[in-house]
Amino acid sequence: MIGSERYQLPLRLAALGFLTVVIQIAAVSQVTVFGVSVDLSPLVVASVGLLAGSLPGAVFGFAVGLFVDVALVQTLGVTSLLFIAIGYWAGRLRELRDPAHGLTPLAVGAAATAFATVGFALMQFMLGVRAPVSWLLLRQVVVTILIGSLLALPIYALVRRVVQGSLPDDPRRRRRRAYTTGGLSPLQRPSAGR
Amino acid sequence: MYDKQVRRRRAVLALLVVVSLILLTAYFGESAGSPLHSVQRGVVAVLSPVQEGASRALKPVRDLFGWFGDTARAKKERDQLKAQRDRLLHEVAGYQVAVQENEELRRVLALDDSNGLDAYDKRTVRVIGRPPNNLLLDRLQVDAGSSAGVRVGDPAIADGGLVGHVTFVAPDTSFVTLITDPSSSVSVKVLNALGDTGLLKPSVGDPLDLLVQLLPRHAHIAPEDVVVTGGFRSSRLESLYPPNIPIGRVTRADPEELASDQQVHVAPIADLRHLDFVQILVGGDGGAGAGSVARAQAGVAGGP
Repeated sequence: MIGSERYQLPLRLAALGFLTVVIQIAAVSQVTVFGVSVDLSPLVVASVGLLAGSLPGAVFGFAVGLFVDVALVQTLGVTSLLFIAIGYWAGRLRELRDPAHGLTPLAVGAAATAFATVGFALMQFMLGVRAPVSWLLLRQVVVTILIGSLLALPIYALVRRVVQGSLPDDPRRRRRRAYTTGGLSPLQRPSAGR
Repeated sequence: MYDKQVRRRRAVLALLVVVSLILLTAYFGESAGSPLHSVQRGVVAVLSPVQEGASRALKPVRDLFGWFGDTARAKKERDQLKAQRDRLLHEVAGYQVAVQENEELRRVLALDDSNGLDAYDKRTVRVIGRPPNNLLLDRLQVDAGSSAGVRVGDPAIADGGLVGHVTFVAPDTSFVTLITDPSSSVSVKVLNALGDTGLLKPSVGDPLDLLVQLLPRHAHIAPEDVVVTGGFRSSRLESLYPPNIPIGRVTRADPEELASDQQVHVAPIADLRHLDFVQILVGGDGGAGAGSVARAQAGVAGGP
């Protein structure tokens, strides 16, 4: 791997994570739809896991979660723990099943939002927030998951656009590497010249 | 080669989980002045100008998305407010007479009313951040901190109604925990004939539906009765909030619910989901005592 290319993915992911959290806190969280605000961060973490694999997904989830906890003055470690799981599982899904269906990001986004919302609630209960479970609370959790699912596809497309070209097994990158290391381009292959 | 990759992946995953758990445990057990809290305060202080800039830059986007909901809500509110205005006009005349009488009687009795809102300086601050999950943590980040005289425990108001109180302060930013946060409880007084007192808490799952609890079982409370802060003071403790700050209006007062659960439902006066600016009540004699109690509580609880 060429030196400058080696740091492309971490740099792009760092910028993506930083912007996601800042935009989430400064704008998205202040807009409510049916009484709930949209949470972009689990969707972005799941998309990174799906595109980059389990290890980058888990590390990205940890970093974004920690940043969220610090920026919002929450108990450190709560969100990072949840986002590690989301990034890792999304990455494992890609590595084990390599799902090619176009709606996979939607299902993964819904699962990530559900896991983040329910997991956060459970963690808060365990940390001592005294709030009994009610139908209203469940309704809001369901609405949050539905809105997260709706946004999953556009967020996935956006994340793919950001990390495109810097992924280790990106098709474009494979082609470029082949040319630079002496491999033949499709146009130069003997079969192409016939 | 494959085994090495698997081992590496598992090791990194385990490391990340362990670090998260250590952070969680350490942070949860710490007091407000401990190292992790100090680091967090430092990061928040560094980030607050970035967030403020982003908040200002993204305001048009927020307004665009908020416009649709706001329009529908505004039409409904307009009709309600027209009816309310007509009723209030009748009431105002009667109240003006009562206020005059009250002032005269206070002069006669030489009562001290320095514990009201006039005892505070009002700092108007901009909202620059909000957590995504308002079901279980309902807070605002504002662009003023200890350098502007804001302290933990200071009350915050908006639209003429109570919003919450300050629970975390950095030099140039602070966090206000709203009255709709599950951890919030405010001693309140209902402005009915007897001035019944109770405890205001948010309803679970629907934070904008506030509940006044611990009311007398046979209290005579009607919809549209105004609820204000109680502002109690005892030998040991003092309310975080000064007395008589309006909080909301009673929306539902079911006699059966009152008899069984001792509670009525209240809608807040301040539009807590669409706040761009709030006012923090800084200083004041009442606030000093209240703030010290809140600071002590924050210290014991290990954070906001």
